Amino acid sequence: MSAAGTGPGSGREPSQLYAELIKGVWKENPIFVQVLGMCPALAVTNTALNGVAMGTATLFVLACSSLLISLLRNLIPKQVRISTFIIVIATFVTVADFTLQAVAPAVHRELGAFISLIVVNCLILGRQEAFASKHPVHLAVADAIGMGAGFTLALTSLGSLREILGKGSLFGFPLFGDSFQPWVIMILPPGGFLMLGMMLLAFAWFKEKRQKALLRLDEEAA
Amino acid sequence: MGQLVGIFIGAMLVNNFTLAYFLGLCPFFGVTGRLVTAFRLGLANIFVMLITSLAAWLLETFVLVHAPYLRLIAFIVVIASTVQFVEMFIKKVSPALFRALGIFLPLITTNCAILALALFQTSRAYGLVQGLVFAFGAGCGLTLALVLMAGLREEAELSDVPSLIRGTAMNLLVAGLLSLAFMGFAGLFGASS
Repeated sequence: MSAAGTGPGSGREPSQLYAELIKGVWKENPIFVQVLGMCPALAVTNTALNGVAMGTATLFVLACSSLLISLLRNLIPKQVRISTFIIVIATFVTVADFTLQAVAPAVHRELGAFISLIVVNCLILGRQEAFASKHPVHLAVADAIGMGAGFTLALTSLGSLREILGKGSLFGFPLFGDSFQPWVIMILPPGGFLMLGMMLLAFAWFKEKRQKALLRLDEEAA
Repeated sequence: MGQLVGIFIGAMLVNNFTLAYFLGLCPFFGVTGRLVTAFRLGLANIFVMLITSLAAWLLETFVLVHAPYLRLIAFIVVIASTVQFVEMFIKKVSPALFRALGIFLPLITTNCAILALALFQTSRAYGLVQGLVFAFGAGCGLTLALVLMAGLREEAELSDVPSLIRGTAMNLLVAGLLSLAFMGFAGLFGASS
């Protein structure tokens, strides 16, 4: 449950802005690597579309909050910073909630209380505390967009896999013929736990394989 | 009375907050390393949920009817400050209870299960008594899930598991099986969502 990201040093130094933007997408992916913000990630990803909607809403809230917190970072007293973060986040979540209700009522009904619950997504509060409150505006926004994109990517892939296995469709379009027997458990709550567990397992397996291959290369070189 | 039992069982078993709604997963994976800690956290959760339910009902009945768009902000601010206040009160009145609940009280405030409780209670238009029963049931369900998970993890700690799967992946798979087991309660008392 700790923030990763101190991998082997990259050869050349890309610009800092780009680095902050890109790190959240894969190397420090909120779901797959840091395991933050699990509640929405598992609760609403029974279809790919819900995953995209939830990810986008979170991205919006994260980017807006980071922008505002970063602007105000020298004005917020240290003692009340957490409460300030929460109020700022809650404001933007209210905006996202009403916007989604107006633009896509069907999706809003499907996601239910989980849009409101973005307020207590530890990923968002974590980014404010760890990054936005200590860095200038452009870096904070880049970091927020990267993290939000990584979150959306994770939710979409999780939702797609669950929808394909549990319903035999992707974004509502059927993929297989009539003979397909859906694995219904995948779109029910246990499927969320099982699918994310299996994905993490697969990543761990690839990582181990790669490390072994690197080790072998080192030995050959020596 | 029958309705209250239905609400209680529904919140505790059928729609268990953690295993069916995925709420409060951070403590579920974070502090279920030891059984005793998990149990205490569960107790603290029940306590905070009861206070939250009361606070949310008061807010909804007397304040938010005039400004429903402020619901989310009002809930989170009021819940956080109420819990903080109660924490100070307990520290003064009963140091023993304070030590038992310890650090968990303030942490629980930002737990998504607490805010969800307030939101569900509002959207289902529960009254004061129904709300309190709902909160108690949800808290008991959370405690049950935490204790079960902690027991399983203590057991897994001692068994021979491949190193690759140890950690988050195994916890998720175990939680999946637990959730699968809880699906067996579906339809009990006709209390589906």
